[in-house]
Amino acid sequence: MIEVRDLTKRFGPKVAVDHLSFTVQPGRVTGFLGPNGAGKSTTMRLILGLDHASGGSATIDGKRYAELSNPLRTVGALLEANSVHSGRSARNHLLFLAQTQGLPASRVDQMLDLVGLRDVAGKRAGSYSLGMSQRLGVAAALLGDPEILLLDEPVNGLDPEGVLWIRNLMKDLASRGRTVLVSSHLMNEMAVTADHLIVIGRGRLLADASTEEVIARGSGQSVRVRTPDPDRLTALIEAEGGKALPAGNGAGNGAGNGGEAPVLTVTGVPAARIGELAASASVVLHELTPQLATLEDAFLELTSDSLEFGHLTTAGPARESTDGSTR
Amino acid sequence: MSATAAPSQLESRVTQPGRSAGFGHLVLAEWTKIRSVRSTMWTLLLFVIITIGLTALFSWLSVSHWTGPRAPARDAAILADPVGFIFGAGIGLGQLTICVLGVLLITTEYSTGVIRASLLAVPRRYPMLAAKIVVFGVILLVLAELVAFGSFFVGSAILHSRVVVALSDTGVLRATLGAGFYLTVLGIFSLAVGSIIRHTAGGISITIGVVLVLPILAGLLPSSWGAHINAYLPQQAGSLVYKVHQSSGQLLSAWEGFGVFCIWTVLLLGAGTYLLLRRDA
Repeated sequence: MIEVRDLTKRFGPKVAVDHLSFTVQPGRVTGFLGPNGAGKSTTMRLILGLDHASGGSATIDGKRYAELSNPLRTVGALLEANSVHSGRSARNHLLFLAQTQGLPASRVDQMLDLVGLRDVAGKRAGSYSLGMSQRLGVAAALLGDPEILLLDEPVNGLDPEGVLWIRNLMKDLASRGRTVLVSSHLMNEMAVTADHLIVIGRGRLLADASTEEVIARGSGQSVRVRTPDPDRLTALIEAEGGKALPAGNGAGNGAGNGGEAPVLTVTGVPAARIGELAASASVVLHELTPQLATLEDAFLELTSDSLEFGHLTTAGPARESTDGSTR
Repeated sequence: MSATAAPSQLESRVTQPGRSAGFGHLVLAEWTKIRSVRSTMWTLLLFVIITIGLTALFSWLSVSHWTGPRAPARDAAILADPVGFIFGAGIGLGQLTICVLGVLLITTEYSTGVIRASLLAVPRRYPMLAAKIVVFGVILLVLAELVAFGSFFVGSAILHSRVVVALSDTGVLRATLGAGFYLTVLGIFSLAVGSIIRHTAGGISITIGVVLVLPILAGLLPSSWGAHINAYLPQQAGSLVYKVHQSSGQLLSAWEGFGVFCIWTVLLLGAGTYLLLRRDA
């Protein structure tokens, strides 16, 4: 079990992690979501003792990471940034890690088989593809057969087969009672992988709930509207206190229908009210469909709120100025 | 790739949990790190070739051009201090490979990101640095003594027709052993600088600056206190141990100088360890 209490990390004037508290339970896959720069990686690095917290605590089964003896046998971590010397082979990378934990060399070969790198184990890691590097990272994380796994963007760079492999691996480990915390910006991936979600924005906790709950929370709040007169409708909806945005890519407006009217995604105003508004102003509607929110929508909703909140507080712009230093 | 291998292979649990791996395991791991990177091994080989090779080359050139147009002063210098001549050329350049290697050993951990894997495995951090120093120190000591004695025997054999020098002569054994000690401590000194700077280019520049440039700068200082500063500089003090003859006005004895060099190294290692513990990795 991972317990994060009031965890805070400052990089100069920028607050990367802001009084964050959550618990990661064993036996399920916990997704760790947030936009870029939200503090996901920093939080993981704080849990792992790579960065020093400015305040609060992060413990693993009640101990700080640095207090663990043979930590790789308790916690396995795959960090987003590469942690392998390009001139060293996969086997030697895993071998030195195994030696630090007093693990037998046979464990290294076992892991190479597990991730399918046996054939290239003697080659320089610098010659590996992104997918192979990611598999090596997974092998390093699983080396000590840990009870707790922290994976930072594990499906990054993997082909569909690899994505499926990681997904099944995480579910399998969770079903065996292990604790799995996995960060991702791929919402759809989390929707099918994670049982529980922790969503953060600007270093603060936005949601800590089951995946269904997070989806349901945003459900029915957006409406898909197709109209030849989007500007007038947008003005009407904004007058009602709602928001109307041109539907982005992948939002279902489809390609190849260039002759059709543009699509708006409306939030904050129910479908019936949009119809009434359009009728009263004689705006033609071609389509009016309430949308069941996907996790992506729920996530964007949560994080856009957090961004607004950030701008309203006076510290907002100053914090943003040094974005990107969180690694 | 074996996408289906996961469930069955995960069954095999790692046995003997709980017992903390000892320092010996960390030393073994650092040995694996050093030997598994080709550039490290090449640099060590380069050190051997450059040091012994240049000693042989310069000795041979001196002997084959004995009594040339500008020879008398040089020949006199060789006759007066043959050991200084033998170690002068080879170690003078060979030591730079040691500086580079010492810095690289720690800075590449940062540039490649291996430091994260290393510190996840050893979250107390300083045992990792200590194990690295032990492994590097032992490798260097063996190799540097081999190189020191190799240089001496090659150099003295080539010079034999003009000047005879033997290990049994006063101070020669100490100087030869001392050359190996000096190079070993220089390697650890460089590693300490690397652990403070964390960047390869910066670390190498500073180390070579300390070894080559600082003595020249100190030499430009006004005489009395300039000489004192010069005597206590790391490289100036450390190099006394591989010199047979004391120069006039020398402030430190051979072993005192070596001690000063060791103190510099320990201080820098202390700073490096402190920063390793304090800084985010």
